[in-house]
Amino acid sequence: MMRSRDILGFTTCAATAYPMRTGLMMLAMAIGVAAVVLLTALGDGARRYVVREFSALGSSLIIVLPGRTETGGVGAGSFVTNTPRDLTVDDAAALQRANRVARVAPLVLGNSEIAYAGKLREVMVIGTTRGFADIRNYTVAQGRFLPEEDWRRGSAVAVIGATLHQELFGTEAALGKMIRVGDRRYRVIGVLAASGSGLGMNADELVIVPVAAAQALFNASSLFRIFAEARNRDAVPGAKTQILDILKTRHDGEEDVTLITQDAVLGTFDRILGALTLAVAGIAAISLAVAGILVMNVMLVAITQRTSEIGLLKALGATGGVIRLVFLTEAALLSVAGAFAGLLLGHLGAWGLRLMFPMLPAYPPDWAIFAGLGTAIVTGVLFGVMPARHAATLDPVDALAKR
Amino acid sequence: MAQIELDNIQRIFQLGDSQVHALQDVHLRIDAGEYVSVMGPSGSGKSTLLNLLGLLDRPNDGHYRLEGRDVTTLSGDEQARVRRERIGFVFQSFHLVPRLSAEENIALPLLLAGIAPHDRKARVAQALDDFGLAERGDHRPDQLSGGQRQRVAIARATIMQPAMLLADEPTGNLDRATGEEVTRLLEALNGRGVTLIVVTHDPHMGERAQRQIRMEDGRIESDSHPPAA
Ligand SMILES: Nc1ncnc2c1ncn2[C@@H]1O[C@H](COP(=O)(O)OP(=O)(O)OP(=O)(O)O)[C@@H](O)[C@H]1O
Ligand SMILES: [Mg+2]
Repeated sequence: MMRSRDILGFTTCAATAYPMRTGLMMLAMAIGVAAVVLLTALGDGARRYVVREFSALGSSLIIVLPGRTETGGVGAGSFVTNTPRDLTVDDAAALQRANRVARVAPLVLGNSEIAYAGKLREVMVIGTTRGFADIRNYTVAQGRFLPEEDWRRGSAVAVIGATLHQELFGTEAALGKMIRVGDRRYRVIGVLAASGSGLGMNADELVIVPVAAAQALFNASSLFRIFAEARNRDAVPGAKTQILDILKTRHDGEEDVTLITQDAVLGTFDRILGALTLAVAGIAAISLAVAGILVMNVMLVAITQRTSEIGLLKALGATGGVIRLVFLTEAALLSVAGAFAGLLLGHLGAWGLRLMFPMLPAYPPDWAIFAGLGTAIVTGVLFGVMPARHAATLDPVDALAKR
Repeated sequence: MAQIELDNIQRIFQLGDSQVHALQDVHLRIDAGEYVSVMGPSGSGKSTLLNLLGLLDRPNDGHYRLEGRDVTTLSGDEQARVRRERIGFVFQSFHLVPRLSAEENIALPLLLAGIAPHDRKARVAQALDDFGLAERGDHRPDQLSGGQRQRVAIARATIMQPAMLLADEPTGNLDRATGEEVTRLLEALNGRGVTLIVVTHDPHMGERAQRQIRMEDGRIESDSHPPAA
């Protein structure tokens, strides 16, 4: 019986003797695998991006939204809620009574204009309280954060983000300067350290004022959100119950708020984007099936080209089994080579993606690499079986007569 | 007991509605070490006979005993084994694998038989030497002359030391002088005991064999030295 090393040597030689055919087959496989690697890198990158963004919230954070979503968990509905009853600063203050809650910060959000020394720009304004800095882990680079004061008072002071500071003041000192936001004037008491974005609001471009000041600015009496921080991660469920109880009592026994926690949000996004990545991988895998069909065709052509060689091998005493093995090995060899070329190509593409979108961690997940390689090799071999069988059953006399 | 015993061999090809009797009632005994030439007009069944003797084809009827064993009933794999170990083929068109060097072509039967690489090397080197190809081992077929190609093919056919050599018009693609040279090579092998059966259209070559068989319409028409009884 032929030695496996000899079979490998013989087929490698055969494969390299027809570079066009071999190249074509490898290319088909490579494109399939590269598609799997690249698309899953994209999908998983998006998932990781979202997860990272939400992780920045902190694991003990509870966000209170006005309005109730019917589903217990977090669905698309949690982000578009109707408001039967507004959240108020008093609601937020009441939450401080809950012993599982370490910190509470009310939040008012709006867009306005900021002006200093003739420079003008659009800006996002946050109205909140002292505790917000601790909840969001803001670091103050200069001056201090909002003062500890009566939440309803709202002194005319502001903390600005690093980018904003740079744009409005340049190298000039900002502390103590008066800026205009909307139709009101505020004294700058602090500048945040540069931190980058998180949760869709870039802290570097924010103006933060006391909650009552923001309410006056936007002429609103309600809150956008209440941020609460449980004592620790394990206290989150208890804190949620307490928050719900307190707000229910304050809202005439109606449970008309929604609580969002990082774990719930993360879980949902993780599931959605995970499923998306899987779907994309599946679609890419279809291209591998197409590659498999190409492998089959190319192998059939190869067998036609080498019919007289098959006849010769039979005359020299090769059994049908050996012929089958030789062609199956060739199909497998080309599939493996193509698959690895595709892996390289996919990684290269993912690297390119990361260069183009630095915030997207576009790394293909391990399972996708294994699935891609596995599918490629299995389809290659599977689609190689039929041609190999065909070669094995060729009549030696007819085969020898072929030129 | 003769090495080759054919009894009542029939080979019929179906061509659409008509049947072609490529071989009819062929009886033939050939002893080990004989030198037999097979001649006859085109289409008389010479190649068909040789293919049958080489176990590349099966008769529709009749029996073929090779070295006392009925080989018509063997499985395909068993027949492959007999071909590998007992039979060497030489073809008119050489049938060398174009991408392989002379050395690798000669080594093919050893590869198929699973002979270890270092054994292979020694035997191939010896064969190259024997057939005057020592300088040509790493040449590919397209870098060899016709005569050299046929010598590579003969080296390949004999590398497993078969009991018989079947040659179908081995000089058909060669000029006179080269053909002569190849014929002498085959005869030398026969001189060392290998049964040699040559199909040829060349009367000069045919006459050199001790035993000459003439075919016509799928039958053996004449046999110069039929074995007694
Ligand atoms: N595969 C086949 N299918 C149909 N008919 C065949 C087949 N092989 C051979 N024949 C027929 O059988 C007969 C004998 O053919 P064969 O090849 O043995 O002749 P030959 O004596 O070798 O002729 P040549 O001298 O031309 O090589 C011919 O009539 C041929 O047409
Ligand atoms: Mg013929």
